[in-house]
Amino acid sequence: MKFTIMINEGPYQHQSSDTALQFARAVLAQGHEIFRIFFYHDGVNNGTRLSVPPADDRLVQKEWSELSKEHDLDLVLCIAAAQRRGIMDEDEAKRQGLDANNIIEGFRISGLGQLIEGGIESDRTVVFGD
Amino acid sequence: MATKKFMFVNRKSPYGTVYALESLEVVLISAAFEQDVSLAFLDDGVYQITKGQNTDGIGQKNFSSTYKALGDYEIKKLYVEKESLEERGLTPDDLMDLVWEDEDDDWAEKPSIILVNRAEMADAMAEQEVTLSF
Amino acid sequence: MAMLHIVNKSPFERVSFRSCLNHVKPGDSVLMIEDAVVGAYDNTSFSDKLKASMSDVSVYVLGGDLVARGLSEDRVINGIKSVDYAGFVDLTVENETTQSWL
Repeated sequence: MKFTIMINEGPYQHQSSDTALQFARAVLAQGHEIFRIFFYHDGVNNGTRLSVPPADDRLVQKEWSELSKEHDLDLVLCIAAAQRRGIMDEDEAKRQGLDANNIIEGFRISGLGQLIEGGIESDRTVVFGD
Repeated sequence: MATKKFMFVNRKSPYGTVYALESLEVVLISAAFEQDVSLAFLDDGVYQITKGQNTDGIGQKNFSSTYKALGDYEIKKLYVEKESLEERGLTPDDLMDLVWEDEDDDWAEKPSIILVNRAEMADAMAEQEVTLSF
Repeated sequence: MAMLHIVNKSPFERVSFRSCLNHVKPGDSVLMIEDAVVGAYDNTSFSDKLKASMSDVSVYVLGGDLVARGLSEDRVINGIKSVDYAGFVDLTVENETTQSWL
């Protein structure tokens, strides 16, 4: 079965990205396919590489990044939400005339249409948020 | 591309959090995909479509007029729950006049707000194929 | 079409759990995750409301969230089934659609 997962909260502030990570791993472990994971609202903060939690805490962004690499996942940060919250890839930073980018490997930035497409193309759409 | 029944569920008031505004952005994008789109307003979500919103005093953009544009995007099913209004001391008269133009009826303006009771809201929710909540 | 309703808020703090129960249809399932798991205990100000729904709705709780909050399965309302994340996935597969009551 094909899944799209939507995540509406950033890591650490709210449990939803932890739950979504565990859920995504369980989906893959059962042999289902993840068509796309779409990060919206503060959920785009799952895509920064500049997060430095204490050494004994989890690094949620890296866990997404590694899961993406391992399973070739399509992790999409909403461009409008990312712009509001200062999450930039190289192209976007350049386009906005900013001096840095901060997206972590395994994510890409794209439009809200990607969420709707996910809903259309997938058998199940599951939302995690606050 | 296939047509699916999408519902956007709004249960939070505007301005206090960004969910109402960013939900509206998704709704507008969904129009481009020619899906069967409906919106649900229940619990505090009914405050998103009250008339007379004025954000001059809070330093945020008043985006309530965007709901009036939904009809132009062929988004014309806005389910509003009666019980949610009543619990909050509101009546349908407190809501904006949201309409769409029916091209099959000489572009007559028709109401987009569908006032439903709780059981009818549950029925509308049960019909959906994709439910996005904010 | 059966729907899986996912709730993640404590019924003692927010209205979303009650709102969910007011909109479920017979044959639907409700899964408590995150802070909603505190609603699973019996003998609370909320338990009668939840039990009333359980005649025609199946109710589940994500076990990891329960244990994380120091709650014991022994005190959960009789008939609520505990699932792990694999069980969560199964529920999304068994029900045609899902709705998250955020």
